[in-house]
Amino acid sequence: MNKKIMELNEIEVWDGNMANSQALRQADVDVVAAYPITPSTPTVENYATMHANGYIDGEFVMVESEHAAMSGCVGASAAGGRVATATSSQGLALMIEVLYQASGMRTPIVLCLVNRALAAPLNVNGDHSDLYLTRDSGWISLDAFSPQEAYDITLMSFKIAEHKDVRLPVISNQDGFMTSHTAQNVKPLSDEVANKFVGEYLQVNAMLDFSRPVTHGVQTEHDWHFEHKAKQHAALMGSFKVIQETFDEFEKISGRKYKMVESYGMDGAEVAIVCLGSTYESAMLAVDQLREEGIKVGIVAPRVFRPFPLEEVAVALQNVKAVACMDRSAPGGTVGALYNEVAGALFNTPARPVLTNLIYGLGGRDMTINELKNIFRNLIKDANNGKLTGKIQTLIGVRGPELSFYEQ
Amino acid sequence: MSNQKVIKNLKSFSTAAERFEGSHVLCPGCAHSIIVREVLNATNDNLIVSASTGCLEVCTAIYPNTSWDCSWIHIGFENASTAVAGAEAMNKALRNKGRISADTPQPKFVTFAGDGATYDIGFQWISGCFERGHDMMYVCLDNEVYANTGGQRSSSTPIGASATTSPAGSTSYGEKKNKKDIVAIMAAHGAPYVAQVAPNKWKDMVAKIQRGFDTKGPVFINAMSACTTEWKFQPHQTIEVSDLAVDSLVFPLYEIVDGTELNITYRPKNIVPVRDYLAIQPRFKHLFTPQYEYLLDEWQKRVDEKWVYLQKREEARV
Repeated sequence: MNKKIMELNEIEVWDGNMANSQALRQADVDVVAAYPITPSTPTVENYATMHANGYIDGEFVMVESEHAAMSGCVGASAAGGRVATATSSQGLALMIEVLYQASGMRTPIVLCLVNRALAAPLNVNGDHSDLYLTRDSGWISLDAFSPQEAYDITLMSFKIAEHKDVRLPVISNQDGFMTSHTAQNVKPLSDEVANKFVGEYLQVNAMLDFSRPVTHGVQTEHDWHFEHKAKQHAALMGSFKVIQETFDEFEKISGRKYKMVESYGMDGAEVAIVCLGSTYESAMLAVDQLREEGIKVGIVAPRVFRPFPLEEVAVALQNVKAVACMDRSAPGGTVGALYNEVAGALFNTPARPVLTNLIYGLGGRDMTINELKNIFRNLIKDANNGKLTGKIQTLIGVRGPELSFYEQ
Repeated sequence: MSNQKVIKNLKSFSTAAERFEGSHVLCPGCAHSIIVREVLNATNDNLIVSASTGCLEVCTAIYPNTSWDCSWIHIGFENASTAVAGAEAMNKALRNKGRISADTPQPKFVTFAGDGATYDIGFQWISGCFERGHDMMYVCLDNEVYANTGGQRSSSTPIGASATTSPAGSTSYGEKKNKKDIVAIMAAHGAPYVAQVAPNKWKDMVAKIQRGFDTKGPVFINAMSACTTEWKFQPHQTIEVSDLAVDSLVFPLYEIVDGTELNITYRPKNIVPVRDYLAIQPRFKHLFTPQYEYLLDEWQKRVDEKWVYLQKREEARV
């Protein structure tokens, strides 16, 4: 090892990007190949600065596009070492081809995805369009709601991705600007503890192992393709176990507990929202305020977006009468992804709460505590009615006439 | 320095231990396999090879079989260069961290890609790799057409060739644009070594490949790969067509060192007319009609001018 140790304070003031950069540094990543894009740029810039000052002894390759970034990551990972990159939005869209190749080739890359809207119209602010674009790509997708969680989850991502029973790439998501550019208190692990937690990289079929030449990225047609994809899907579904073990192990060294599905205020809750990202923390305040008024509301948020914790989501929502699934992405002619997932989770269970789909926050539009309180109040109306008071899907927080679709 | 194979004659060369096995499904008469063997047989070093999507890739890595007895990777059509660049970066990182010991011999990093992947869809990735200066050799298997997908034009397809997306017809002589000068473009990146080779001139080719392996930094090799299927000659004519290509100077053999120093490495004793090279390939057969015969003269003029240009460059050393 040829790098300097960085002395960290017990509490650092980091935004989500710095949290990513520090996690990459402590994980002792061998190759980072990246291309800058707002709002994930500082993840890479901070890393470059640490590299320039001797805190990183891995290779840092600034390539000419995001597609090349992920291509270089796949080549580096197949060669046999720890690999990471970062991107957002259009950059993610450009690398999407290689995302599928990375997971199909079972390269355990970690991608820090700072969530941002997709053009057009061009927009640099946070929503979950890029997160949703990765839905079927075969990557494990974890969601951080704050800079502390971004740090924790990016560190854990390496351990999950590289586990011998997983060997799949992992995305560590966080909200653009709300998380990536909002400095908050973060309690880091020491370099030693963090590095020990992530552990040494486990080589599997490494191209740099010349004693055993391996062919990566073969051709298969109808005769073998399905078996490969089936095995890949099975590994993804099997990763729940490793994710849980990693969460448990991380709790032991940090005291911070992570769950497949996070929830707040769900004890005795009559209604709930299901959301992702920083909205979870805003909604916690709304829940507290409404609980003071005696209104029983709660929040459910999948920490793990892929593989989707269908069973845990169903369990979390068994006792509520109405649920709003909040999707922060333009749904493209149907209901939002979370609505679909939640409806699918609940359909075969005894609980059949009234289910509504709210599209919100596109392109960085704020979701205020007052708006969240209104959402909860409307859910109470649905619960009391025993049916939807409006249509299934409504776009909220948008100017102009009300836009709602699909009659119950 | 690379660990070069000592090559006495063609027989010893062609029977050398192979890391590209014979078990592939390339067309009979395909020049790709000849080129690949000449590259791989030029060195004893460990190899990490990448291939772009294309004929070579789909014919040599069909699960559960492989033709490659070396580390090999394919990701996509456009990014084979960057795949190997990533592996090269990993090699550096693991050496810097002491996880690969310093006395382990350095491997070589080689990309094989067709002209579609090189001249067209993968150009940005190659340009990026060369600008960054990865220690790698990029070999373009230039058969002047998207052969893997059935013969569509590429920006390497020469004027007058009939391809499925630039077909000759009653009002068209086929491809309208002359091929991109990829060798000049790659030399303009300041690459330490760039060369054009042809597999039939195997001594010239092996000398260039070995020089390439001895060069630190990105090396670009444009290898003419006569395509029996899309140039439409008979499989046994591959070497005959290739000889006509270099002896007519349609494919002149030369190298450019450090972006400026140009050396012509093969001067045909008897230069043959360009029309002889074109006539053997049915992709040009419509040019031999009164309507389009003027193109044959244009062809000859263009080849002559390029030959003069190359000689001037060689002389000027700039």
